[in-house]
Amino acid sequence: MYEAAITVAIIVAQSVALLVSLLIIIAYLLLADRKIWAAVQMRRGPNVVGPFGLLQSFADLLKFVLKEVVIPDGANKGVFLLAPLVTCVLALAGWAVIPVAENWVIADINVGILYIFAISSLGVYGVIMGGWASNSKYPFLGALRSAAQMVSYEVSIGFVIITVLLCAGTLNLSGIVMTQKTGLADMIGLPWLTFLNWYWLPLLPMFVVFFVSALAETNRPPFDLPEAESELVAGFMVEYSSTPYLMFMLGEYVSITAMCAMTVILFMGGWLPPLDIAPFTWVPGIFWFLGKLCLVFFMFAMVKAIVPRYRYDQLMRLGWKVFLPLSLFYVAAVAGFLVAFDLAPGGS
Amino acid sequence: MAIAGLFFYLFSAITVAAAFMVIASRNPVHSVLFLILAFFNSAGLFILMGAEFLAMILVVVYVGAVAVLFLFVVMMLDIDFTELRQGMLQYLPVGGIIGLILLVELIFVLGSWALSPEAVATIADKAPEMANVTNTEAIGRILYTKYVYLFQAAGIVLLIAMVGAIVLTLRHKEGVKRQSIPQQVARTPATAIEVRKVKSGEGLS
Repeated sequence: MYEAAITVAIIVAQSVALLVSLLIIIAYLLLADRKIWAAVQMRRGPNVVGPFGLLQSFADLLKFVLKEVVIPDGANKGVFLLAPLVTCVLALAGWAVIPVAENWVIADINVGILYIFAISSLGVYGVIMGGWASNSKYPFLGALRSAAQMVSYEVSIGFVIITVLLCAGTLNLSGIVMTQKTGLADMIGLPWLTFLNWYWLPLLPMFVVFFVSALAETNRPPFDLPEAESELVAGFMVEYSSTPYLMFMLGEYVSITAMCAMTVILFMGGWLPPLDIAPFTWVPGIFWFLGKLCLVFFMFAMVKAIVPRYRYDQLMRLGWKVFLPLSLFYVAAVAGFLVAFDLAPGGS
Repeated sequence: MAIAGLFFYLFSAITVAAAFMVIASRNPVHSVLFLILAFFNSAGLFILMGAEFLAMILVVVYVGAVAVLFLFVVMMLDIDFTELRQGMLQYLPVGGIIGLILLVELIFVLGSWALSPEAVATIADKAPEMANVTNTEAIGRILYTKYVYLFQAAGIVLLIAMVGAIVLTLRHKEGVKRQSIPQQVARTPATAIEVRKVKSGEGLS
């Protein structure tokens, strides 16, 4: 009983540490997002609160928390308040299985990747519930769009994950990173070029499909149709104010970072250094992980700045008529290739 | 072990309560939300049994896809519940008899419950050690070897259902303009625009 208590205490301490560092990182990623967006448009971006606007996110946090919570008269009160909670909690729950460095993971479960996939597919409930419970036209339209959009892109994300699993032979996220230690670079006889070992190169089309689907899954521009401000004001978030709105916002950014982390783990070798030579191998894995995470987030931010929003039927066409056949073809092709050249992991 | 037992009763209690609320709640959207809660707690029960793969698949398939479409449809319904409840007494005898028959059948089935000798043998020796073989591998080994024909048959059933759904809903309306992206991409300035010299003061006819 005593040992169990210690285990629980360790897990709680780890979770709190992860939560706090995650929230601080997100506060600055949010600022970076706005700064990058501003820089592309040749504006300054937030630069008033603190030096270079570094405290902007915290000022926003205070502003949101201190404002009054307005609940519309016709809203379904329970579901209305439950929706932002669902978004936020589910997004945070996904981080429980993400390994940020070797053995630095709260729950090292065997089906880690399926867990993340399951959790990210649940993100749609926050949006649907929020849109429905607001009892208003624009939120409802936003919710309907979001439901169709997220279900469509989950399919291709699922197939992309399957191609990676075929190469890795394990569903454990740490295991997937470890299988990227060897690969293409060893085959061409330059083992120190470890960044060639990662799956982004052999699975390049899938990397692109995953990145675009991740944008769609997290409702980022150019796929932010659930909250398209030119048509739906703010989509499913129209009626939200104060802390509930903050929680939607936070949940959105947490799931964006989780998707970035997934990209890093599946395609960019997780915490592994890009070159296996002296100065690179001295840096601890967590910094490589964070650096790669920031790189992927930078791509997310740039896409937001430079790509115009899709029209709804184009979005559906891209998901069902382009990505689905492409990823399905790749699953079959990769499986065939691995079996034909006897490269399949764990084959017995 | 005590903690596992505690969680078992927690998950089961919530599952049963949520399942009850699915049929008891007045609002269909609430019903679907309770259904999702029930799915979730069933996934928790799977995890307690060590079937983590099944638990995740349950969440991905039922909660992530099926229930979303459920909710999608139910949200758009506009049902007047007082009107629905009016016919209750009228249908109660028929519904009650059907329920009774089902209950009796269930009791018969559960009363004469017995495992076939083959199943007993499977339970006895087929289960691989948790430490050696992961969940996913264990399911894959048995699904793609022993039950491969059944698996293929299930695939064919799903394919037929999909084809049926497409045949039922696909209609080509006349007179609807559709966007053809290959056609748009293949357009060149030569086919898209025409350059003409316009004489001043005359314009084009």
